[in-house]
Amino acid sequence: MTSAAGPNATILEGVGQTVLVLSGKGGVGKSTVTVQLASALRAAGHSVGVLDIDLCGPSIPRMLGLEGRDVLTTPQGKWVPVYVDEDQRFSVISLAFFLDSKSDAVIWRGPKKNAMIKQLLTSIMWNVDYLIIDTPPGTSDEHISVMENLRSAAVLGAVLVTTPQMMAVGDVARELTFCRRTGINILGVLENMAGFVCPNCSECSNILATGGGEQLAVKAGVPFLGRVPIDPMLALCSEKGENYLVKCSSSPAAATFKALVTTLTPQSDNQMEVEK
Amino acid sequence: MSQVPDNAPEHCPGTGSEGAGSADACAGCPNQQICSSGVGTTPPDPDVGAVRERLSGIKHKILVLSGKGGVGKSTLTAMMARALITLNNNTEVGILDVDICGPSQPRVLGAQNERVHSSGAGWSPIYVCDNLCVMSIGFLLNSDDDAVIWRGPKKNGLIKQFIRDVNWGELDYLIVDTPPGTSDEHLSIVHYLSTSTSTSTLAAVVVTTPQEVSLLDVRKEITFCQKLNIPIIGIVENMTTFVCPKCKTETAIFPATTGGGPQLAKDTGLPLLARVPLDPTVARDCDSGLNHLTLHPDSKVTQMYMKIAEQIVEYCNGKKQQ
Repeated sequence: MTSAAGPNATILEGVGQTVLVLSGKGGVGKSTVTVQLASALRAAGHSVGVLDIDLCGPSIPRMLGLEGRDVLTTPQGKWVPVYVDEDQRFSVISLAFFLDSKSDAVIWRGPKKNAMIKQLLTSIMWNVDYLIIDTPPGTSDEHISVMENLRSAAVLGAVLVTTPQMMAVGDVARELTFCRRTGINILGVLENMAGFVCPNCSECSNILATGGGEQLAVKAGVPFLGRVPIDPMLALCSEKGENYLVKCSSSPAAATFKALVTTLTPQSDNQMEVEK
Repeated sequence: MSQVPDNAPEHCPGTGSEGAGSADACAGCPNQQICSSGVGTTPPDPDVGAVRERLSGIKHKILVLSGKGGVGKSTLTAMMARALITLNNNTEVGILDVDICGPSQPRVLGAQNERVHSSGAGWSPIYVCDNLCVMSIGFLLNSDDDAVIWRGPKKNGLIKQFIRDVNWGELDYLIVDTPPGTSDEHLSIVHYLSTSTSTSTLAAVVVTTPQEVSLLDVRKEITFCQKLNIPIIGIVENMTTFVCPKCKTETAIFPATTGGGPQLAKDTGLPLLARVPLDPTVARDCDSGLNHLTLHPDSKVTQMYMKIAEQIVEYCNGKKQQ
């Protein structure tokens, strides 16, 4: 253990690889994807951490059933993440843990958000193979700060989440430009909320149009990571903080998340071998 | 804007006051440094006069807010504007899109390839039809993929320009589409819109979807409005249910485990303006910039948006009489 949080504190100490979950658009399922990806990595035997840097609208604690939990501080002034499971291989940090009530608003301008992000990146006691960072929508203060600070850390890359409509795809295309300009590796595009199967007549409706994510991936020359259909069970599990991958392990959505883990992990294993 | 925070020490002089950070009461306050650095103090803005001048022709200013992204703020903004015109064809409506990093209004209104022109009177907004004009950063970008990678101060500068330099003319309603969150854009737009001294209305409509994950963020937005003294006209619950186009079965895709919009309205004492169902044709029309209200005058969604517009008119007229 080196020094406590200072100007030159180490970024993301104790983290193996970092994955960013990004999307220019809000409400496309960044937090849901973050949680499911983390759960799937955990199920595959890795230890995972989730860092929620959506300061104004943190959703991760609710989705993991951790509302109302507190963050402990070590004598060295570091924060201990909140553990989801008993064997402490799944840990979470979110600004929501620091707020007094559910309706407390974080009304901050950029500089304050940047300081908070810097602190979140330097002063947490992680001990994980993978850290997934959930981001707010946009390409502004939070994103610039994270990218600046992550330069010295091991970053696997970014997963871009979109929904099929052009309205969302447009914003995600902007996020792609952002990734290119900041030089972050793009792991691929994941299309969420693709189609809904009516539970009554099994008719599949493309509520939010179709194929937008795949088109974007082809156009931008990045991998397409798959489709997650709309599943009320997934929304329900996110609401109640239950583990969707356990509850509906045979659903198409669960299969997509598991496949996502296999595409992400071998890549990192190869990298590690190279390092060795 | 001198404000005394709720949790401030006793005798706090206020964050924007002259004594901020240096008064006796500031000793030991964790925010003393921030206050004394002058961040909180707003020196008299030389543009206030110009901003006020521009706003003098605007009768009602309505913010469309939601802490959460992707709940339908942009859709509601565009639909509300069109519904207000449908109700009364003599209404002049303007839309200001302050979502700097993800502007959606050009697409929703079918004005994607338009460019802003400037004249002696300032930037001309884009006219979608005779009495609906719109301004968005989307009209200033070279390509659809262009990312606006800006920190707060730059965004604030542009928002000021959108009000000061745009030739809005005489408007009955200016509807402001906002990004998710409670940060720079929101503070700036409220700051500039509230400089106007006229008796015009400044109020907000809050949008949510039924899930708790969305309500969590929306509660924060309501706190934001309360802290900045912005009255809330009401809550709109979007994506309530999905009606299967084939068998007409209604499914709650986003389950309201904690009572959704109605419960939020009850808890906060705010009116629930409408519950809008999820309709694939709306998403399609928005993607291609078509007017859903005239294309599908009988759909449930259209009825709901008309109902919202009626309540907005009622609210604004009621305000005027007071």
